[in-house]
Amino acid sequence: MLNRIKNLVIKEFLAIWRDKKSRVILIVPPMLQLFIFSFAATLEVKNVPIAVFNRDTGRESWELVQRFEGSPYFTDIHYIYSDKAVKEYINSQKALMVIQINDDFSSRINSGQQAEIQLILDGRKTNVSQILAGYVNGIIDRYNRDIKPEAQVRRSSQNAIRKGKLTASPFLSPASRSEIVPRNWFNENLDYIWFTVPGIVGILTMLISLIITSLSVAREREFGTFDQLLVSPLESTEILIGKTVPAFIIGMLEGTFFIIAGIVFFNLPHEGSFLHLYFGMSVFLLAIIGIGLLISSVSKTQQQAILGAFAFMTPTIILSGYATPIENMPLWLQEFTVINPLKHFLIIIKGVLLKNVPFDVVLEHTIPIAVFAVISLSVSTRMFKQRLE
Amino acid sequence: MRRLKALIKKEFHQIVRDPSSVMIAFILPLILLFLFGYGVSLDANRIDIGIVMQDNSPQVQSLIRAFENTSFLNAQVERDRREIEKQLVAGKLRGMVVIPTDFTRRLINPDDTAKLQVIADGSEPNTANFVQNYIRQTWVNWLLQSGLSEAMLTVDERVSIQPRFWFNPELESSHFLLSGSIAIIMTLIGTLLTSLVISREWERGTMEAMMATPVNIIEIILGKLIPYFVLGMSSMVICTIISIVVFGVPFRGSFITLAAVSAIFLITALQQGLLISTVAKNQFLASQMAFISGFLPAFILSGFVFEIKSMPAFVQAITYIVPAKYFVSCLQTLFLAGDIYSVIIPNVIGIMILGSVLFIVITRKTRKRLI
Repeated sequence: MLNRIKNLVIKEFLAIWRDKKSRVILIVPPMLQLFIFSFAATLEVKNVPIAVFNRDTGRESWELVQRFEGSPYFTDIHYIYSDKAVKEYINSQKALMVIQINDDFSSRINSGQQAEIQLILDGRKTNVSQILAGYVNGIIDRYNRDIKPEAQVRRSSQNAIRKGKLTASPFLSPASRSEIVPRNWFNENLDYIWFTVPGIVGILTMLISLIITSLSVAREREFGTFDQLLVSPLESTEILIGKTVPAFIIGMLEGTFFIIAGIVFFNLPHEGSFLHLYFGMSVFLLAIIGIGLLISSVSKTQQQAILGAFAFMTPTIILSGYATPIENMPLWLQEFTVINPLKHFLIIIKGVLLKNVPFDVVLEHTIPIAVFAVISLSVSTRMFKQRLE
Repeated sequence: MRRLKALIKKEFHQIVRDPSSVMIAFILPLILLFLFGYGVSLDANRIDIGIVMQDNSPQVQSLIRAFENTSFLNAQVERDRREIEKQLVAGKLRGMVVIPTDFTRRLINPDDTAKLQVIADGSEPNTANFVQNYIRQTWVNWLLQSGLSEAMLTVDERVSIQPRFWFNPELESSHFLLSGSIAIIMTLIGTLLTSLVISREWERGTMEAMMATPVNIIEIILGKLIPYFVLGMSSMVICTIISIVVFGVPFRGSFITLAAVSAIFLITALQQGLLISTVAKNQFLASQMAFISGFLPAFILSGFVFEIKSMPAFVQAITYIVPAKYFVSCLQTLFLAGDIYSVIIPNVIGIMILGSVLFIVITRKTRKRLI
């Protein structure tokens, strides 16, 4: 029996490897994706074009504009001089934000009154414009703190003292009473690449093993070679194992390759144990292969198999927390993601590589994947046997 | 003409007979719209954080209340730092605040500074930023309310910011995500469906059979493209209706412009599918190529979720050959802003250039193959 399975596995490898185009497709596109999409899939906002419309001629507004110029976030600043231009720049997306400074800005600042600046933001890119507004907030915050004239603080502090709230030094600013010490664990500089690369690795590993399993049976069926397999002395379990093993090996190899590429080219940290990672990966691959076999057992043509694979892949990727966090989804949908094997696998990859999570966390996320694997493999085995007998 | 009509009729019969084509054209778009409508969201809900309370005084109690009362955070208070750390590592919490034992003592002492340690989970950089900002905001508010920071109040008001979000004042991220996702769905129909059906003809040998008949290559191509063009446009109509009616996305442009832009885009996407199938000739390869050259770039390189201007220069350069990039701009503008021709015309020209290049390549490839 072992010998028969071995021959079948060799035959499967040959079927994949002999076709030059499918050989290329197993290697080249995943590499391209890893290197292009890892850089592209960033929610960071920088180098976005913005515009400044300064109606004021005074020194204070000029100083404020210099602060925008000096900010590392704004490298592409346009200067505009009319309301018409504001509309034109926003409408045609020449700028995603216009900072508008009123003509009484300097005089108000100098006379100790409140001055106002307006931000006009492009709501077509809601997320980007919110982040831009946040950057401006930060710059204005600093500005407010820097310009406070002594007299101003003294006056207000004296007010406070009169109310019996501040008891000590009149020059006390809140920053000196209490202070936040911010830190980001696991990724101190919030480097986005460290977030996207593990995600891409998980997705590509899934993609390859799913496509190989879901299409191999469908193709044999379409060509009629599946019937030849059936009349051979192979038992249905042997056929299934013969289909599973190559996909598993290829998935493991490509997964390893992606992780090494991530570590070598993207300086991805690898804090945790690879043993834990491979434990999770092998269970994950079994779950995906189970789904791939299930898809191929119910589809009559390759087109149906491709469609099935796609119908499984898209929700799995979108609801995995890869592009946008799961926490942002509505609650009922969040609960639904418990059955998503990719979600758990991404937690394991990121956990092991970035956080060095203890084994019980790996186990906690491997169990749902294992349940998924057992169900998908046993259902697909049954479907196969039904069709074969 | 008569031959073409017969071919189109044949293709429609095939579409109706194989339920998977109808699935790709109608069911899949619905699933995708649903996923993009609910599953992809950039609006953070309450974020789970932990508070390590090592000090216990009325001041600390009121700070904790401030964290508990904010609508952005979901605070869990523990005395033991290890308990919170464990959950942070496990990804159950996205951040933690440590109130050290000497917090109150240093807060009261005018010569000292009370330190508050804030740790965010950097493995989710976007959320980590939110965590840091929300905690800081809550902390500043608490300082102001508890009178520890009256001095700040007057200074703070020196320059005020008035943000105005045009086109989407409610800041509803589903509005721009859904309008952009239509571009992804159309890319999928154009590239995946066409490349599959044509490569199937090659794979089954029916393409050769067709070539032996008096129909010429133009008729064969048109006979394929016209039915799938009709299918794609109907799916476009469905997507638009669902976005507007079910998800409440505004539509401020004109439907004629939308129809025109979509038609031009769909023709380009169909040509891409055609090119894939002439190169691939089997369905496995065709599906992979459609996925890699169509779906994934449309998802990641089109500016639909990820801002193109923030990508490295070489990736930005690649986005210029992704037709979906131009279509996403058009769709977001048409839905949220209106018929702004200074956006639409350059983008349509971009699609048309890519379309013409594809057309030239296809006619070359196909001719070579036939002679």
